[in-house]
Amino acid sequence: MIRVDNITKRFGGIRAVDDCSLHVTKGSITGLIGPNGAGKSTLFNIIAGTFPPDGGSVQLDGVDVTGWPAHRLFRAGLARTFQIAHEFARMTVLENLLAVPAGQAGENLLTAWTGWARVRREEAAIRQRAEAVLGELRLEHVAHELAGNLSGGQKKLVELARTMMWQPKVVLLDEIGAGVNRTLLSEIAGEIERLNRDHGYTFFVIEHDMDLIARLCHPVIVMAEGRVLTQGSMAEIRRNEAVIEAYLGGGRTNQNGAGIGAA
Amino acid sequence: MDITLYGLMMYGLALLTMMAIYGVLCLALNLQWGFAGLFNAGIAGFFAVGAYATAILTAPESPNHLGGYGWPPLLALPVAMALAGIIAWPVGRICLGLKGDYLAMATIGIAEIIRLVFKNESWLANGTMGISTVPRPFESLGQPWGNLAFLALVLAIVIALYFSAERAWVSPWGRAMRAIRDNETAAAAIGKDVVRFRLEAFVLGAMVMGLGGGLSAMYFKFIGATATEPLLTTFLVWVMLIIGGSGNNKGALLGAALVWLIWSGTELFTNRLPAEWITRSSYIRTLLIGVLLIVVLQRFAKGVLPERPPKRID
Repeated sequence: MIRVDNITKRFGGIRAVDDCSLHVTKGSITGLIGPNGAGKSTLFNIIAGTFPPDGGSVQLDGVDVTGWPAHRLFRAGLARTFQIAHEFARMTVLENLLAVPAGQAGENLLTAWTGWARVRREEAAIRQRAEAVLGELRLEHVAHELAGNLSGGQKKLVELARTMMWQPKVVLLDEIGAGVNRTLLSEIAGEIERLNRDHGYTFFVIEHDMDLIARLCHPVIVMAEGRVLTQGSMAEIRRNEAVIEAYLGGGRTNQNGAGIGAA
Repeated sequence: MDITLYGLMMYGLALLTMMAIYGVLCLALNLQWGFAGLFNAGIAGFFAVGAYATAILTAPESPNHLGGYGWPPLLALPVAMALAGIIAWPVGRICLGLKGDYLAMATIGIAEIIRLVFKNESWLANGTMGISTVPRPFESLGQPWGNLAFLALVLAIVIALYFSAERAWVSPWGRAMRAIRDNETAAAAIGKDVVRFRLEAFVLGAMVMGLGGGLSAMYFKFIGATATEPLLTTFLVWVMLIIGGSGNNKGALLGAALVWLIWSGTELFTNRLPAEWITRSSYIRTLLIGVLLIVVLQRFAKGVLPERPPKRID
């Protein structure tokens, strides 16, 4: 579904992503882990069109989308959430969802002025879908609350809900678990599994929470120093010497790295 | 000063006309700032383009400036709007992809360039003297009917603009605009073409500012360098929108009325000051408006009529 070939991205003298190639299979929930500074977020941002790579290519469902801007990628079927929730703060939760579908007739100002009947018809359909999504994620009770007033975890749910307003081919989840309590996180994980199973969504997930990765993802791709170190099931990853090495920071003297084996 | 009923009525007409013209400008700024979060610090520039275009197209022939085209005023206004939009387009195209501060700087620069061009190119609009023969629609009706008819025209324009702006606010167009304003990155990630939407709001707002300029030139029958100073257009319009409530079209109109009432009211007051103080009056008025802005923002942080999410489309 996503195919990354030889992507390179430099920031100044640093090669944040260095000749990185990987593949996210259709229908999978693929995990992406690695120590801080491994280049995961940079790679995500390149795939999502936040900035173009210095070299290499990205394919989405067989189409070369290298360097496409984010709004065009979304229309091509790529949705994403953000590490720090990017809600539309001064809009209600319902409006956050209503805004999503691309190509709404009423997004053309002339149509809004002259073809109101058409805009209303379309709006009714979009609202029906939004209400269904809010129901599935149990967000109905905050539908008319300003999104900026929600808790951190609820904002993440709103972001997930937004991706469900569109039929995306693949959803990039950038640390969906960051700042979310265990109970809510478990609910979110259940929702991701359900979307994958029932609706055939493909997910590509960056996550530091190894329990969540172990529960959701197969395969898991490990990045270190800008390239792919290995990939496989979580059980295989945990036994992999090179991975443990990367997480512990190379030199054996540094024992402060996040313990992947312990998680 | 003799206060007669007739005098009061004429004063009221003048007051209302100016409120309505500023209402046009505030609705335009709300479109850019309230809807789209675009910091236009050069309202005066687009105002000037509209005003001068109207003056040149409609004023009688004169050896002092370009003109003598004899256009009917109501045809000149759409052209004034179009010209303001044509100037706004490249500015927006260049600046709207950048962070907000650049737009502010660019618009200040453009406004000053436009003002100085008209000030110094005297063949164009008579330089600092300006054009003082701009015809006003309905003036042949004489006082007070001509003034009343002109007020009715401006009010009709304000009402039409208000309803268009309200429709835009509740429409998916307005929703996409607010999404972009609230979080540009996330808006792009849900498929909104950020630059396209911003460009629409910016150009449309600039066109309406040009319309305000055209109406102002007609009303004063004059346009010159003094009329396009940033204080009277850019600064005052911003104060009006902030006090009234940005992101709220009613707030924009209320702000225009309220601030103009005070601005104009202080003129009555300062005219009675001793002669040595009158020269200072313009500074005192600016000071008063500044104090008012602070007081209002203390009590109403988001303006008197704050932004509200629109009711559902039914």
